[in-house]
Amino acid sequence: MNASPVYLDAASAAPLHPVARQALLAALDDGWADPQRLYAPARRARQLLDAAREAAAATLGVRPDELSFTPSGTAAAHSAVLGGLAGRRRAGSGLVHSAIEHSAVLHAAERHVAGGGTATSVPVNRVGRIDLDAWSTAVGAPGTALAALIAASHEVGTVQPVAAAGAVCAAAGVPLYVDAAQVVGHAPVPAGWSVLTASAHKWGGPPGVGLLVVRKGTRWESPWPMDEREAGRTPGVVNLPAVVAAAASLRAVAADAAARSARLARLVDRIRARVATEVPDVEVVGDPEDRLPHLVTFSCLYVDGEALLHALDRRGFAVSSGSSCTSSTLRPSHVLAAMGVLSHGNVRVSLHRDTTEAEVERFLTELPGIVGALRAEAGVVGL
Amino acid sequence: MTAPEVIDCRGQRCPLPVITLARRLPELPVGALVRVLADDPAAAVDLPAWCRLRGQEFVGRVDGPDGPGFDVRRRR
Ligand SMILES: Cc1ncc(COP(=O)(O)O)c(C=O)c1O
Repeated sequence: MNASPVYLDAASAAPLHPVARQALLAALDDGWADPQRLYAPARRARQLLDAAREAAAATLGVRPDELSFTPSGTAAAHSAVLGGLAGRRRAGSGLVHSAIEHSAVLHAAERHVAGGGTATSVPVNRVGRIDLDAWSTAVGAPGTALAALIAASHEVGTVQPVAAAGAVCAAAGVPLYVDAAQVVGHAPVPAGWSVLTASAHKWGGPPGVGLLVVRKGTRWESPWPMDEREAGRTPGVVNLPAVVAAAASLRAVAADAAARSARLARLVDRIRARVATEVPDVEVVGDPEDRLPHLVTFSCLYVDGEALLHALDRRGFAVSSGSSCTSSTLRPSHVLAAMGVLSHGNVRVSLHRDTTEAEVERFLTELPGIVGALRAEAGVVGL
Repeated sequence: MTAPEVIDCRGQRCPLPVITLARRLPELPVGALVRVLADDPAAAVDLPAWCRLRGQEFVGRVDGPDGPGFDVRRRR
């Protein structure tokens, strides 16, 4: 069967925005020289880098000297966590983070603990929102050096109370790091943070560009061997053509974010409602209201997540899953586990600027039959 | 109190332990307690979630010599 492809995994990587493609091609010709050098092509490269930084900073509402480009969102998250802890060594070695951080943050936390530090994971409720009381207790504990909170869950879309969590941190004198990878380009960036990261391929920029923003006055110290590029925050030469494309596309997506997000949010509402009524025994997870505009997650009882992904793929649908059988570690998503929701038969659908109503309709029309066929095959109908 | 019936789902990958429980529980009287032995890490998430969705009681987890066990009581 060759069904036309429907790409519904923008939260992993959004299709390249046309502005990004254009800027990338132009910068490949114009921005290959080392911006550190003192000759004409290098000065041109430096101008492109400065302009990209200014554009990205203006879009996020920060100062250009607060923003560094990193080799990925993961590298930015590692820098944010380990650098935030290094800079606050004298205050203590405690890291506080939500139970539903991205694995990049959790792996940095593991490194910190392996080095003798401590990490406290703050639980979330059934819809995936942190428990603010537990957050306050953890942040207020003696020796807390840094707190990390994802702006909105990459797996279930629930928006976190960043402003309230930030107020708690401010009162305790603890800097807050916010992983905004799923928010930047889709929704306004919340206030109240000291360190922020994002990832270009989530908004339609090229893969391999992250943003690390360290607010003036934040005690942050690079955890990497010394390198003077990017204000000493991240080592190595930047991929300038990709950085130029990332900044140009960020400006473009931010300009029409409100209208696009409103359209995608209505499509997500439709998916949430129709999946819940038209697929038997399904749990649509995450906050129905306070959520990302473009992302929805549900779990189908008794269905193998990997089989479901393959069946959808055969019909042309590209989605992702938090089910254990689809992960290399064979562990269920730590996000679904922390929420206490079904982890098998899990599907994450995430929309992008080119997602059409017709594509969503086709998905919704075919899904019940696909799930039904898998259940019939497994002999679990009516169980 | 009699010992709970043991359903051995060791070696099964999710969703099989949940399916096995869903097949067996309705055959037992309301109030009966079963212990599902399951070593797939997803079982620890999915067995309690199934109980919540189906209105059954998830009594708790016991880690014994047979590995993780999950006690469930039929409520309806
Ligand atoms: C919330 C969040 N943080 C960090 C990352 C890592 O970004 P990257 O893919 O650029 O390494 C991702 C992407 O998977 C993400 O969704």
